[in-house]
Amino acid sequence: MMTSICLLAPNGNLGSGFLTSSLERAIAEGPDVICCDSGSTDGGPYYLGSGSPYFGRALYERDLNLILTSAKQSGIPLIIGSCAGSGSNGGVDFIADIVGAIARKHRLNIRLARIYSEQTKEYVLKRLEQAKITPLWPSEDLAPVTIERAERIVGMMGPEPIRAALEAGADVVLAGRASDSALFAAYPAPGGFSLGPLWHAGKILECGAAATVHRLMPDCMLGRVYDDHFDVWSPNPDMTCSTTSVSAHTLYESSDPFRLAEPGGTLVTDRCRYEDIGDGRIRVHGSHFEPADAYTVKLEAVEPVGYMSMAIAGIRDPFIVAGLDEFLEETLAQSQRKVADTLGLRDSDYVLKVSVYGRDAVLGARERTPRAGHEVGLLMKAVAATQEAADSIVSIVRYFALHNPVPHWTGMVTNLASPQSPEVIPRGLAYRFSMNHVVEPDDPTEMFSTRIEEL
Amino acid sequence: MSGRSPSRLGDVAALVRSKNAGPFLITFDILFSDPAPYERAKDLPLIDEATIADLYGVRKEDVRIVFYDPALAIKVTIPRHITSGDPLDPDIYGAQQHALLVDLPFSFSEDNDRS
Repeated sequence: MMTSICLLAPNGNLGSGFLTSSLERAIAEGPDVICCDSGSTDGGPYYLGSGSPYFGRALYERDLNLILTSAKQSGIPLIIGSCAGSGSNGGVDFIADIVGAIARKHRLNIRLARIYSEQTKEYVLKRLEQAKITPLWPSEDLAPVTIERAERIVGMMGPEPIRAALEAGADVVLAGRASDSALFAAYPAPGGFSLGPLWHAGKILECGAAATVHRLMPDCMLGRVYDDHFDVWSPNPDMTCSTTSVSAHTLYESSDPFRLAEPGGTLVTDRCRYEDIGDGRIRVHGSHFEPADAYTVKLEAVEPVGYMSMAIAGIRDPFIVAGLDEFLEETLAQSQRKVADTLGLRDSDYVLKVSVYGRDAVLGARERTPRAGHEVGLLMKAVAATQEAADSIVSIVRYFALHNPVPHWTGMVTNLASPQSPEVIPRGLAYRFSMNHVVEPDDPTEMFSTRIEEL
Repeated sequence: MSGRSPSRLGDVAALVRSKNAGPFLITFDILFSDPAPYERAKDLPLIDEATIADLYGVRKEDVRIVFYDPALAIKVTIPRHITSGDPLDPDIYGAQQHALLVDLPFSFSEDNDRS
């Protein structure tokens, strides 16, 4: 009879790397499953919009080569969630392609499950009409036009579709967008196990070594879940956990460390007790999972907002820096006139912003001490309906800034230190996250389709 | 030298950080390594809805403050002014917005003992 489950997270983001020695030490502990989170909204909307993977292929290959061969050798399943960054269907297939190549290279027999998480506009619209979609703080109700404008919509799956794939005999489960902790909660817990420790362990492990005192590099993390508590520890002797580092991790990236919303319920940690049991192991008691009355799935979506272009340049002339506000006002006024005359665009047809690094670029209007240093960096950005228009707008701003007269000097001046040629960088289609809502499906798996094959 | 030099939160806290809690919210963590400054920060209170509303330009009703005793931490969450990754967003991760909290004046004014 199983008294505990051992969970292994190779790192907090597939492709970010880990030490081979840490993975070997971790495998020697006899994990029952390997789970690795591959995605996040952290990097912004570009990945969900474009379908591009977050890291270059070589980084995924390196991590997967080691993780997959270790999993097969140990005879344990491997679960990857939110494949390639956004968990799009293309992301799942991208990781599947790499898994297939590794399987062929090492002659591994693998039963591979792909679980897709993209949603059709029809489905989301139907659920909206049925009043099954609710906004999350601080968003407003979902408008039908937001659904229509979406480039791509994903639902964040809970553990159920993943568990179903494991129960169908999958060795490797590649999930689209999934709750990070749900990857770990998917492993079938023995009867009598409380779900709280399993979910809480997942919440700590899904970031890999981030819950150690000093995370020196991305690396592995181990967890052992019992019926009413769990232990976490790092297999890397140079990184240890403390009660503070583990309890503080529940704070990370969440708005409430006591109540963490998950598909199907809430992880409640307000009665947790953190104990150092020696050997770098931290034991957590008192985690509780409160099932929700209605099972809800978080929707993420992006919509295109136009084509972006940018340029960057430095200014070191102290007289320009001293009079920067007027300098920029003049530059922008001239630019707007030329954009109207030559490109035929009204102010409302495009967006233009010049940020001043070294003064107030990071905090913007919230900056309390906007004092420029001896040098500033200008970041010029434009968004317009076409790439050509965006590029032209930035080149106009840049050109007026380049030779804008400086009151202190007499004669022709060149004001910008441009670090590259071409000065204007076309950035392609830009996106914005457009949904912050949950939907109530009829059951936890209806929004996700699973495809199983033998490699 | 008599008296004590004024200090700011950044000199007393073990960690002050900010990060997105999803693309629409930003969350700030202030962690102390000793209970004494943590308790003092809670008592003052160092951080309240009005202070955050003023610093970050949000409504008081939109400020959520949580005291997390297990890690001697104060957590503040507010809506982002601009969605993460929006073309004009200067801080996609929301990682550098905590700078305003670092400079909040904070010291043990009546206590003699400052660790």
